[in-house]
Amino acid sequence: MSRAGRANGIDRTGIPVEAGVTGIDPSRRGEPVLTARDVSIEYEVEPPVKAVRGASITLHRGELLGLAGESGCGKTTLAYGLNRLLKAPALMTGGEVVFHDASGRDIDVVGLDGEALRTFRWSKVSMVFQGSMNSLNPVMSVRKQLHDVFTTHRPGMRRAEREARSAELLSLVGVDPARLSSFPHELSGGMRQRVMIAMALALDPQVMIMDEPTTALDVVVQRGIIREIMRLRERLGFAVVFITHDLPLLIEISDRIAIMLEGRIVEQGTAEEIYRTPSHEYTKRLLSSFPSLRGDRGDFIRTGVGSGAVEGGAA
Amino acid sequence: MSFYLRRVAFYLVTFWAAISLNFLLPRLLPGDPAAIMLGKLRRASGGRPLSEETVQAITSILGAGRDMSLWDQYVAYWGRLLQGDLGVSSTRYPAPVADLISAALPWTIFLVGTATVISFLLGIIVGAWVGWRRGTRLDHLVPITTVFQSIPYFWLALVLVAVFAVQLGWFPIVGGYDVFEFPAGPEWSWAFLGSAIYHAILPATTIVLSSVGGWLLGMRNMMVSTMSEDYVVTAEAKGLTSRRTLTRYAARNAAIPSLAGFGIALGFVVAGSIVMEQVFSYPGLGKLMIQAVQGLDYALMQGVFLVITLTVLVANFIMDLIYGFIDPRVRHNG
Repeated sequence: MSRAGRANGIDRTGIPVEAGVTGIDPSRRGEPVLTARDVSIEYEVEPPVKAVRGASITLHRGELLGLAGESGCGKTTLAYGLNRLLKAPALMTGGEVVFHDASGRDIDVVGLDGEALRTFRWSKVSMVFQGSMNSLNPVMSVRKQLHDVFTTHRPGMRRAEREARSAELLSLVGVDPARLSSFPHELSGGMRQRVMIAMALALDPQVMIMDEPTTALDVVVQRGIIREIMRLRERLGFAVVFITHDLPLLIEISDRIAIMLEGRIVEQGTAEEIYRTPSHEYTKRLLSSFPSLRGDRGDFIRTGVGSGAVEGGAA
Repeated sequence: MSFYLRRVAFYLVTFWAAISLNFLLPRLLPGDPAAIMLGKLRRASGGRPLSEETVQAITSILGAGRDMSLWDQYVAYWGRLLQGDLGVSSTRYPAPVADLISAALPWTIFLVGTATVISFLLGIIVGAWVGWRRGTRLDHLVPITTVFQSIPYFWLALVLVAVFAVQLGWFPIVGGYDVFEFPAGPEWSWAFLGSAIYHAILPATTIVLSSVGGWLLGMRNMMVSTMSEDYVVTAEAKGLTSRRTLTRYAARNAAIPSLAGFGIALGFVVAGSIVMEQVFSYPGLGKLMIQAVQGLDYALMQGVFLVITLTVLVANFIMDLIYGFIDPRVRHNG
């Protein structure tokens, strides 16, 4: 899939009011980059909690897949499962996760072990975590934490190269490269999350999993970061799994959306399908639970289409 | 930089306050420590009159001196102190207190200091490892080491002496060095150093055994809670080697609270070994202090207290500096 072919998306984020409703042309969809089939994850506590039950998702190259659902529905657990980050007592009890590398090689993520798993992480699939405040080590400078990635994954890289690449990454996400020497507590929440995104970009991954990357931030910073993500995605062509409980946001930015409820994916479709013709009862309820700016429930903030009225640029 | 300047200033003030308190305390004591001390000295010297010099030293350190105002006494006290004059011991008459302390101090610092550092490092390293592998059989190390800590120290030390020194004869029973081989006292030679180390092994082992459990338990628990921090998950997701995640992300952060405790432990190196030095008849400061207290040797007591206060302050000062170096958050808010 060519990057130019996706230029359309930039405008979508640039003019967010009209966003989301633009469905994606099926002919432009790339081949899959990450396929999860029948993934089941259980927390082995007493009594066992089936956090994810037979979830299947397909992520296509360069696509932004939104994963929405209420708190506790298994979104984060599924995301951790995709990257094999689950720790006891969580256990993947079934299903397969296959990564389709750009080189044409298929990688069975569930079968990865030890060194192979370590090198797979971050270089193929990187993550941006929920807790933007705590995902950076408080006692290490930003520089060290960025360099860490290179010294581990690219041992041949010279110090000057690492330094140049780190500075480049920071400017890519709109952070002054002078901030390399800063410690996390000297950065604002938005900046920390930008640094996290820069770090996630370090090895040019093909997939980035973003677990509520903007939850702890106010809406203005949130918008800035979402735009940054969209811009970088257009430019670098990685696919994104974007996890959030903010369905209106997803409808605005996603190509496709999967709705999760009690560990199951109850509905999947393009953003437009989900928005215009939700089929599952839960999706309908989710959509109708967001009040419009005018306060009428079921009226959509951004376009108001939900009640039939067209409010175009009202937001 | 201003962080370090502020710390230095803070410790200078504390230092001054501690010394002034040391000046005031004997003067606030009921009775007249100086008169008691002079009486003891007179008896110790066999009834001969004391030199004017000695009387002056004692009064300036311990009070009395009815003809002097408190302020003049304070100035004289500082003057004596800065010359290193801490008075004369009555239990070891006519040895100056400063000489007694400087002879005893290296033994204590060498033995207890080394043992404390070893115990700390061992506890931190093993604790980090046990925490990293929590839920495995390594967890059993925690109760085992805690049992050693909960055994009364003197009893543990006596048992070890009974088994390893008396029955098996692997180690000497008492003393800091072989007094028969070196009748002239400590000297700078490899043979003497070897003898001192040989004598130090058993006491050091008892100290390590009885204190490592606390470090291990604290570190292990901090490790477990640090490992659930987001940045450790991030490090793992970054595909860092588990060795790097363990050392740079988990253990480093988990060790920070233990370091504060280590500072305090270092400060008590000098004071905290009284029982050990008594059990092993080790020629250190703890033994000196017991002698002083038993013999009501005020000058010696005061000198020992002064040294203890100073070491606590110096140890805390050093740990403060190191802490600021390890945790950048402290540097800016301190």
